[in-house]
Amino acid sequence: MNLLVNGEQTSLTNVATVSDLIAALEIGSNVAVEINREIVSRSAFDQRRLADGDEIEIVTAIGGG
Amino acid sequence: MNASVLPVAEKPDEDTLIIAGKVYSSRLLVGTGKYRDLEETGRAIEASGAEIVTVAIRRTNIGQTKDEPNLLDYVSPDRYTILPNTAGCFDADSALRTCRLARELLGGHDLVKLEVLGDKKTLFPDIPATLEAAEILVSEGFKVMVYTNDDPIMALRFEEMGCIAVMPLAAPIGSGLGIRNPYNIRTIVENAGVPILVDAGVGTASDAAIAMELGCDGVLMNTAIAEAKNPVLMASAMNKAVEAGREAYLAGRMPRRAYASASSPIDGTFFS
Repeated sequence: MNLLVNGEQTSLTNVATVSDLIAALEIGSNVAVEINREIVSRSAFDQRRLADGDEIEIVTAIGGG
Repeated sequence: MNASVLPVAEKPDEDTLIIAGKVYSSRLLVGTGKYRDLEETGRAIEASGAEIVTVAIRRTNIGQTKDEPNLLDYVSPDRYTILPNTAGCFDADSALRTCRLARELLGGHDLVKLEVLGDKKTLFPDIPATLEAAEILVSEGFKVMVYTNDDPIMALRFEEMGCIAVMPLAAPIGSGLGIRNPYNIRTIVENAGVPILVDAGVGTASDAAIAMELGCDGVLMNTAIAEAKNPVLMASAMNKAVEAGREAYLAGRMPRRAYASASSPIDGTFFS
C-alpha cells in the first residue's frame, strides 16, 4: 500500500489499520493522527482502515514556547 | 509587644491565578523549546515553579527508535497543565488542525495557546487570521489563550469572543527586548475581565517583575530561560521575579516625586 506519511511517500505491506502503521513505523504511542485532514480518534486506531493513497500526518508534542 | 509573634506574610492567602476554572499558585508559565536536552528542560521547569507548560505539536520523527524519550515523559501531564501552542502557523487553518490534533494527543484536553503569525521576521501576530481561528476554536469548545499584540482594542475583542485569557506580547518572540509599551499593557489590564498574561519578549528577571507590577495576571516565557547561560538558575530567578512583581503590585507602589523626601525626621536633630 502506498501512503504519504508526514510528507514522505511510503510503501508498506501488511498494514491495514492505523495501529498497524504505528507498529510498522516503530514510533511510540504518544501520537495523534490525521488522515486526509480528518482527525482519527486514538480509541479508533485499531479499527480505522487505511486506503491506498491516504495522506497521513502523525504528530507528537515537542519542545516549544 | 513581642515582635516575634507578629505575622510575617501580609500577602493574601487566596492570591491565585485561575485559568479555565483551574486554580494555580504560580503565575509563571514556561515553554519547553530551545533547551539542550529533555533533562535540562525538566530541571529548568522544576526550578521555575511553573504549573502550566507550553509544548509544540510537530510531525513525529519517522525512523526514530521506539525507546526515544518523549517530552511528555519529562513534563508529565499528570503533574503539569500542558498548553499546546500553534507556533509556526501562518494561517488560521494550520492553527485549527494543530489544536484539533493536540486535543486528541492529550486525551481531550482543550486548553490551547493560539498564535497565528504574520511573518518570520517579526513573528508578530496576524490579527485577522487569529480572530478567524479564535472564533472557530471557541465554537468547538476549546479554551483559548490567545497571543496578540499590545493593542487594547484587540485584547477586548478577543475577550468578547470568548477567549479565556489574552496574552499580549511584550516585544517580539525571542527578542528579549522587555516590555516595549508598558502603557498599553497597563490599559489592557485595566480593561480586562479575563486573565492577561504577557507572552513573549521578556529578556531577564526585571522584565518579568515589571509585567507583574503593571498588574498582569501572569507571564509566559521560553527563550529568556532556555537561552540563559545557566537556564536552571534563570528559571529560579524568573520564579522569584514574578512573585516579587506580584507582591509589589498588590502592595501598591509609592508615588513618584520630582524631588527628594527625607526618610529620617527633620525634627529633633541635636545639631543646627
